[in-house]
Order: sequence, then structure tokens, then C-alpha cells
Amino acid sequence: MSPTITTSSEANGNVSAATARAAASAAASAEAAGPQPVTMAKALNAALADAMHADSSVLMFGEDVGMLGGVFRITDGLTATFGEQRCFDTPLAESGIVGMAVGMAINGMRPVIEMQFDAFAYPAFEQIVSHVAKMHNRTRGTVKLPMVIRIPYGGGIGGVEHHCDSSEAYYAHTAGLKVYTPATVADGYRMLREAIDSDDPVVFMEPKKMYWTKDSVDLSELRRLHEEGTTAGRASEGRAAVARPGTDATLIAYGPSVPTAMAAAEAAALEGRSLEVIDVRTIVPFDDDTVCESVRKTGRAVVIAEAHGFASVSSEIVARVQERCFHYLAAPIRRVTGFDVPYPAPKLEKYYLPGVDRILDAVDDLQWEN
Amino acid sequence: MTISADHTATDPAGPAAAENALTEAVKKFGITVEDYMLPARHQIQMVDPDGRLKPESEQGTQPGHEYPVPGDKELLEAYERLVVGRRVNDQNSALVRQGRMAVYPSSHGQEACQVAAALCLSGGDWMFPTYRDAVAVMTRGVDPVQVMTIFRGDWHGGYDPLEYKVGIQCTPLTTQLLHAVGVAHAAKLRGEDTVVLAMCGDGATSEGDFHEALNFAAVFHLPVIFFVQNNKYAISVPLAHQSVAPSLAHKAVGYGMAGERVDGNDVVALLAVLDRAVKLAREGSGPLLVEANTYRMQAHTNADDDTRYRESAEVAEWRAKDPVNRMRTYLTDRGLLDDDGEARIAAQAEAVAAQLREGLGEDVPVDPQELFRHVFTEPTPQLKEQSAMLADELARDAAATHSKEAGQ
Repeated sequence: MSPTITTSSEANGNVSAATARAAASAAASAEAAGPQPVTMAKALNAALADAMHADSSVLMFGEDVGMLGGVFRITDGLTATFGEQRCFDTPLAESGIVGMAVGMAINGMRPVIEMQFDAFAYPAFEQIVSHVAKMHNRTRGTVKLPMVIRIPYGGGIGGVEHHCDSSEAYYAHTAGLKVYTPATVADGYRMLREAIDSDDPVVFMEPKKMYWTKDSVDLSELRRLHEEGTTAGRASEGRAAVARPGTDATLIAYGPSVPTAMAAAEAAALEGRSLEVIDVRTIVPFDDDTVCESVRKTGRAVVIAEAHGFASVSSEIVARVQERCFHYLAAPIRRVTGFDVPYPAPKLEKYYLPGVDRILDAVDDLQWEN
Repeated sequence: MTISADHTATDPAGPAAAENALTEAVKKFGITVEDYMLPARHQIQMVDPDGRLKPESEQGTQPGHEYPVPGDKELLEAYERLVVGRRVNDQNSALVRQGRMAVYPSSHGQEACQVAAALCLSGGDWMFPTYRDAVAVMTRGVDPVQVMTIFRGDWHGGYDPLEYKVGIQCTPLTTQLLHAVGVAHAAKLRGEDTVVLAMCGDGATSEGDFHEALNFAAVFHLPVIFFVQNNKYAISVPLAHQSVAPSLAHKAVGYGMAGERVDGNDVVALLAVLDRAVKLAREGSGPLLVEANTYRMQAHTNADDDTRYRESAEVAEWRAKDPVNRMRTYLTDRGLLDDDGEARIAAQAEAVAAQLREGLGEDVPVDPQELFRHVFTEPTPQLKEQSAMLADELARDAAATHSKEAGQ
């Protein structure tokens, strides 16, 4: 494939910018019209392919993402479509992958990189914390780092150790990183495209147990809306979603915990309790408004996350809601999280992971009057 | 040695292509790939510590490792920059002693490396320096006061890396080598002939990112020159505690790239080796590793006490190998430098020193609101809230001060 790669027009454009914007991607024509059952994996794959079609400075690399298409097949077909220059395997070195992406982003590219599993990203921690997060600030805004670090995360797949961590707190705690985590197939598409479009670095946490979750989604419509740039097509960074409206209590969840919260709300409805479910979507920036509006309405809240509860994103959410909604609360905010233990072996994970019963128990504890 | 080709990759950009390109590149030297990658048996040295040009047969060159002496114009410019660099180092150290700057990791004694690292590059090339490479950054053309902003303490970096194609001076060791690799990779994908020079010290070669950067550069066959200033100490820890390799340049062969050792206090040899490395990299020979054998004449920083870990006799021994004196003698003996030339260069060095004194003596106002300005391209709602909180605090402080003054 001849080099038709150009500099991103949006960031660090130090070479004459000639970003190719394809009006409609090749993938679009092959799709059936209207909503179809689509997996999260397919939606993420389509988002990558569409972003690469739309902008030749978008590159994808990591471990096994080339010929194999990634261990979860998220990059399936990208090397065949775009060539080994734009979707390629690197040596097995996570710090190298992130550090090289930093240099590419400095020099006009929009790299998207894959960390194969949550716990395999730790060798890259120094690059992420000391450079990815700080470059824009250190250089007083002169150097932008439009890069996306994709990380499959969380448990629920019966994985062996080092394959099931919920590592979002490390990134959310680091000033200068945006942290997205989709919980629906449509958001998988929309949020990944927004992450790639962002001039800030985004840690994109993919709930791996949801890769094969199917929703009825019209990908071509999502693509059209994204390319039109209309807000309708956007998950919109910093906007949490009301995943299920309710009146009695608010369940606040993100990523892999959203479907669990939805199941709990459904079960509670059978018992006559109306629970609202908030899908946080972007941990950074955090949508205080949507979350607090819901809690002020219901007066009760439970925060649900797979990660350990201690010093976690769930702690942060509780603190923020308490600071803003204290006088509206009928009961202390409860949390349902993973225990403060290393992620367990496969046969023990069902005891560790927040489940519907544990959520309903927490809801029962919210000091109901009758 | 033929490079093993048991990969199945077929893409012209892939690793197999890198191996082929290297084999091709080496053909012109008439030596084996292994002999190309291994450093010459001795370090390259052209001008000895007494300022005498060494006979060609004693310069350490050998077939495939041949280095022509750089032209007079380049050497004169290098000398000028050496003198300025030495003055910059000493002026900055003085400013630290006077309390006008928090810290300055001086490259006193390493100025030949600093100067050559910048002069070997073209305008479109990139440099990725460390915290000790301020003189290299200035030699590249960045305003001296902007370079020192990081040590003045009003922000982390003072110059625009994109404007000068110089990465921000990097403190975490060797992390910037990977950025250099990425910049080179992006340029290569666009078909540009950019060369990137990435700097680090001897201690840094123990870091994991050193390994990852060299390996990535070799596998992707990128035009990166890894320039290691072996100044013998990582703060207090001597080289023997970092590596027992025959030399740091020998590490190159393990990655499949060429390595070379050079006298790091001989700017003539440095320019010869680095100029050739840049040329080779630009022509598509892939990355190279150059180890400069030099010495950190002063403590790590003003906060360090080097008498605790090294003998003054060792320092004295290196003082005799000074890069500035050596070059002055060489150029004077060759009739390229006279008293007028010396005076002109000294005046220039003084002008830069004055610029530093003035720029770093100023009390630069800081804007507390800048804390929030560059975290993201757009501040988040949370940062806006915190910014308003700080503004309110400051307004109340100002009002309190005002009413106190009014009451007096």
C-alpha cells in the first residue's frame, strides 16, 4: 500500500494538512438497512473502520491486532482493508506501544492503540501517567495528544488472573486523561468515534464481558449521524445517560455494571419499586448534573461497580453526590462493589462480582418508611 | 552473516522489509552485517586531548566504519557553540548559587556532545533531549531563556516543541526515546525524510524503555539515532553498576542496528560520527546507536555532593581532556582561529550569559488560573468549578489586603 497517510488536520498539524474525509465508507454499502442485531465487538470494529476511512491519520496498533484481528477480534479486517502501515502488530511491549503512540500523536497522527488486557497495560503506566496525561499541560497547550488507549477491562468471563482487572480508577485519578466506558452497543460505536475525534488523550475502557452482547442497532444511521456531526449521533462526552427512568431510587453504574443494574431495576419493578438507572458513560469528565438531578428526584442512591470499593471511582461518585445532594437524601448512599481482594480465580468470581441480589439488598437498606 | 528471515510478513513496511533494507544498506560497505552492527574495535577519536589531529590510522576507523573529518566551516561553528555552551553552563550554575534558579543539571564537560547533537541535524529533523541537555536545545536554536523556564520554575517547559522540533526536556529516564520512535514512525509513514536524534545517559540504558525504544526502532526500521552520553555516573552510581557489556554501543547488535563508540570530548569525531549516522538514517539504513565517552565534570546538580562517591584525581584526569580547550588548540594550530576570532566568540558567549542573567533575574508573574488552562483542550466542568473557587479565594485575599491597607 503506497503511503497516502497525511497529518491530522485537527491537532499538531505541522505539515500541510490534507485529511481525506470519505463521505461514505466502503463498509456502509455492505450493510443491511435499518436496525440489526449487532454485537459490541462489531460496533467497536465498525467505529475503528469508519474512523480510519474518514481520516488517514488514524492508525491502529498493538499486540495481535494485525492478521489475527485482536484476541477479541475488535480490529478484525482492518489490516486487510487499510494495509499493514495503518493497522499493525508491534513487538510485545506495552510501554513501547504507548510511548510510540505519544510520538506519533506529536507528529500529526491520531493513533488508536490496544492494550490486550487490563492488567497487561501496567507496564505502560509511566508513559500514560507521566506523558500521555501531562504533555498538553507541560507544553502549555502547544502539543496536543489525540490518541486513544483501548483497554478491555473487567471480569465475568471466567478469565485467569491478570485478565479481569477493573483498572479505571488509576486512569480516572490521573489529571489530564479522559476515561470513557460504553455500556451499550450503540454507545460502543458513538463513544469510540468521539474518543478518536478528541484532541485530548482518551483511555477507552471496553467491558470485555459485553463484547458479545447484542443490541438492535442501525450502524449506518449511527455513522451518518456521526459524520453529520449532529448532537443526535453523539453520546456526547461528559453526558451520562438515563438508561432506565424510575422514581424511588437511583442506581449509578458504568460499563459492565450497567446491565447488572438494569437487571436489578427490572427485578425491583416486579416488587413494585421503581429504580432509575444512570449510565455514567464518561468517568472523566464526570456528569455531575445528570447524576445529581436523578438523586435529587429519587432521594436515594446505590453506586455499583466491579472494581474494589476502597479509594475507587465508586467512592468518588458517592462523595460527589453527597456533597451536592445531602439535603435531598433520605438515606446514606450505598455502594455495591467488588470486595477489596485481588480479582479472584474463575470459580470464585461469582462471589466477588456485584450481582442483582446484592444490589437489591443494598436498595432494601435505603431506609424505606414502610 | 545473513540476517535470518524466518518471518512470514510480506508487507513492504514489515519487519522482513527492515531486514532486507539493512542488508542492502550494508552492501555498500563491503563488510558483513554483523561487522556493520558491532562498533569499531576502538572508539573513534580524531583530535587528541592535546588538540592534535591524530593520524588517520590511529583514529579508530576500520573498513565500514570510516569517517571523513568535517569541513572547516562546521568545525568553527562547533567551536563557537562550545564556547557559548560552556558559558551557559557556568552562568546557570552561578544563577543557582545566587538563588535565582532552583536547580541546574549542568553539562559542563559534555559540551562537545551537546553541540554535535544539535549541529548534525537539519531543520526538519527532531531532537528529544533530557534534563541535562539544555545546551543542545539552545544550540538547536531555542531561545536560552525559554529553555531555562523549566528551571526558573514558572512552568514545566518554556518553548514550543512543534516550532523547534525539539521534544520537551525529559526527566523520566528514556521515556522520550519512545516518543522519538513515534515521531520517526509517523514521518516515515508519510514518506518524509525526517531523522530523529534521541538522547539519554549511561544510567538510563538500564531502563526498560531504552530496550523497548531501540527494539521498536529496529523492527520498524526507523531513522532514529540513539545518542548515549556516557558521562560515567548516574547521580552517584558508576557505569560498572549499570552494565557489564563490552560497551554501551555493543548493545546495538542485540537489536539489529549499528553501534559506534566515539570520544565524547572530541567534537570533531562526534560530528564526523553523527553526521554519518544522520546521513545513513536518512538514506534508509534504519536506526543507529552512538555512545559518546565523556565525563560529568560537576555534581549531578547543586543538590548533589560528588565528593561522597568519586575521587578528585579522577575529575582532574578528565579536566585534562576538556572538549573546549582541545578544540581551541586544534583550530588555532591550524590557523583557523586567531585572537580576533576568539574575542568575537567570547563576546557572543557573554551576550548569551547576559541574556540569561536578565531573563532569569526577572520576577516573572505567574497566573494562578493557568493551573486549569492546559489540563485538557477544554476545561471540564469540574476544572471550571475549581478555577472559580480559586478565583474567589484570590478575590477575598485581595479584598482583605485592600481593606487592611485602607485602614492604615
